[in-house]
Amino acid sequence: MSKDNQILEDLNSKEYEHGWSVNFETDEAPLGLNEDIIRWISTKKEEPLWLLEWRLKAFKTWQAMKEPEWANVHYAKMDLQALRYYSAPKQSKKPKNINEVDPELIAIYERLGISLNEQKRLQGIAIDVVLDSVSVATTFKETLGMLGIIFCSFSEAVKEHPELIQKYLGSVVPMTDNYYAALNAAVFSDGSFCYIPKGVRCPMELSTYFRINAANTGQFERTLIVADDSSYVSYLEGCTAPQRDENQLHAAVVEIYAGAHAEVKYSTVQNWFPGDKDGKGGIFNFVTKRGICAGDHSKISWTQVETGSAVTWKYPSCILKGDYSIGEFYSVAVTNNYQQADTGTKMIHIGKNTKSRIVSKGISAGKSQNSYRGQVQVMKRAHNARNFSQCDSLLMGDQCGAHTFPYIDIANPSAKVEHEATTSKIGEDQIFYCNQRGIATEDAVALIVNGYAKEVLNQLPMEFAVEAQKLLALTLEGSVG
Amino acid sequence: MLSIKNLHASIEGTPILRGINLEVKAGEVHAIMGPNGSGKSTLASVLAGREEYEVTEGEVIFQGKELLELSPEDRAREGVFLAFQYPIEIPGVSTTNFLRTALNQVREYRGLEPLDAVKFLSLMKEKMALVEIDQKLLSRSLNEGFSGGEKKRNEIFQMAMLEPVLSILDETDSGLDIDALRIVSNGVNKLKSEKTATIVVTHYQRLLDYIVPDFVHVLYKGRIVKSGTKELALELEEKGYDWIKEEVDSTATV
Repeated sequence: MSKDNQILEDLNSKEYEHGWSVNFETDEAPLGLNEDIIRWISTKKEEPLWLLEWRLKAFKTWQAMKEPEWANVHYAKMDLQALRYYSAPKQSKKPKNINEVDPELIAIYERLGISLNEQKRLQGIAIDVVLDSVSVATTFKETLGMLGIIFCSFSEAVKEHPELIQKYLGSVVPMTDNYYAALNAAVFSDGSFCYIPKGVRCPMELSTYFRINAANTGQFERTLIVADDSSYVSYLEGCTAPQRDENQLHAAVVEIYAGAHAEVKYSTVQNWFPGDKDGKGGIFNFVTKRGICAGDHSKISWTQVETGSAVTWKYPSCILKGDYSIGEFYSVAVTNNYQQADTGTKMIHIGKNTKSRIVSKGISAGKSQNSYRGQVQVMKRAHNARNFSQCDSLLMGDQCGAHTFPYIDIANPSAKVEHEATTSKIGEDQIFYCNQRGIATEDAVALIVNGYAKEVLNQLPMEFAVEAQKLLALTLEGSVG
Repeated sequence: MLSIKNLHASIEGTPILRGINLEVKAGEVHAIMGPNGSGKSTLASVLAGREEYEVTEGEVIFQGKELLELSPEDRAREGVFLAFQYPIEIPGVSTTNFLRTALNQVREYRGLEPLDAVKFLSLMKEKMALVEIDQKLLSRSLNEGFSGGEKKRNEIFQMAMLEPVLSILDETDSGLDIDALRIVSNGVNKLKSEKTATIVVTHYQRLLDYIVPDFVHVLYKGRIVKSGTKELALELEEKGYDWIKEEVDSTATV
């Protein structure tokens, strides 16, 4: 035990790899939040009137709402009037393609290991990059366009494809859904939009990379993915932020629509700055993600690897409306030091013969608190609904906490719902066994944790899985003896 | 190769080993026998560097190096292998993946290039035949859901892969039926060479029918109280440990 503690102490020396920031000229909204700011944002983005009205309606609703307190997380509430709701790198003119993007911006992403140069990119991934409030570049647009696939920034989609945005915006996560979703609806600045036409199988992974650079700025992006009937797309999301003493807010909304026989796979590797060893700073990650399996035989699969953020509040969910539709949720959530995570999913069975599967693997170390919160709801007409849930917790050291809050709500007697849960500790026995075969302790922890999370990591696309494995090892570096 | 001098070790303040002296040369097989609680497994654990045991006195020289100064992983990399009495389960990690990590770390320590997948697999094939182990077992989670026999066979397979200089078998015979015992012992015998040594820790003589020792030592109350050849093991099988206990206890009270 003494060694445990000593190693836990050593962890203090570990630093967040992406903690730098860059100074460049920005175009910023004044601090604070009111109707004028919302108008300011909307004007800045040259938005149509309907969208401004939509924002203002959301703002009105939001003003009457209270910040939720039911989650198992504790933090000093942010002064939302002290935040800036729009910050964008100044560019002389809007770049038409990647070659016109400010080299300084490209350099930022090179430093993060993300090449925006299509020739240098790994084949098979198209990427949209969002810095603070705006999308700065989208790659492989032409290639995708030939198949009728639309992949662009949200702002661009509002201008180029207003009929699609008007049809689907807020159709899965209504603007009044919850406090943070309403806030996002009022002030969202950019994000990614993706549309896969009927019968098209997207030939490459689509990806959005989020980065918060500016101080005192909230990031409120929206992602909207529409997979028309019989289409398929795999979508990846990554994120980092500079190391700052104060907390920063990230309140995103992701909406997914899947038509009949369509399949959407959404993977996230979340690596926001988690705060320092004393729990100072870090991102508040209050995100609403939801998908609807609208058509029969459709499928939505969420995979998330959550390693960052000071506080995480996030429940990627599936509404299984179409008959025979399938929802999946695979999650690894790691917390260390003073991180707090309250994350899980909701599976809402509406259609007949719908199936859902939940695999959640929590890993807690340091003085962190890690909660799984999940709801399985079977509605009255959802005959033969099936759910399988597995919630495992792994503890490292003796000062962290793991919690599980499963809610099961069944209104149809033909439902079959299974729930399994385990809690375990990384044993000194396991570490010694690895040591005795010549494996150093750090590598032993990585091996054991990756083994534990394997079922989830296997769901990730290859390159992402490798990155996630490294990230897990890095997050937990030195947390066990 | 291995020289243990006046080794004392305790766990949570209780002395277990109370002055062990032992010399092991390359090419030799030593058997450590003794009644339950005599300190046999403690000796194996202390040599491998298990954290819970505190060495209070004495020294261990392994190939010219102070073994007790080395971390458990460095002892392994220097060539000390412990076949566990109760092999540990690691869910989600296949034996193959586990061994590849281990072997490459050992190789790195010895200044060798890591083995690529092809070479690693061909080495595995070769060693698998040696210990008669099924490939299916190796792609399953390490030791998880393995039978007693499978676990022990897997230990010997790992030993074959890592090619240690000194192998310590801690009660490898426990929980094995006669067929598994034969397979495991055959594996150990095939791995023996003039350059390596083996310490077999066992309660029963049975294993020594298969792995024939050059020397037999009897451990009692933390000391080696009697040493001999394989005939000593047979004598113990026949007469039990009581006569040795009496012999030691009567001299100790004087």
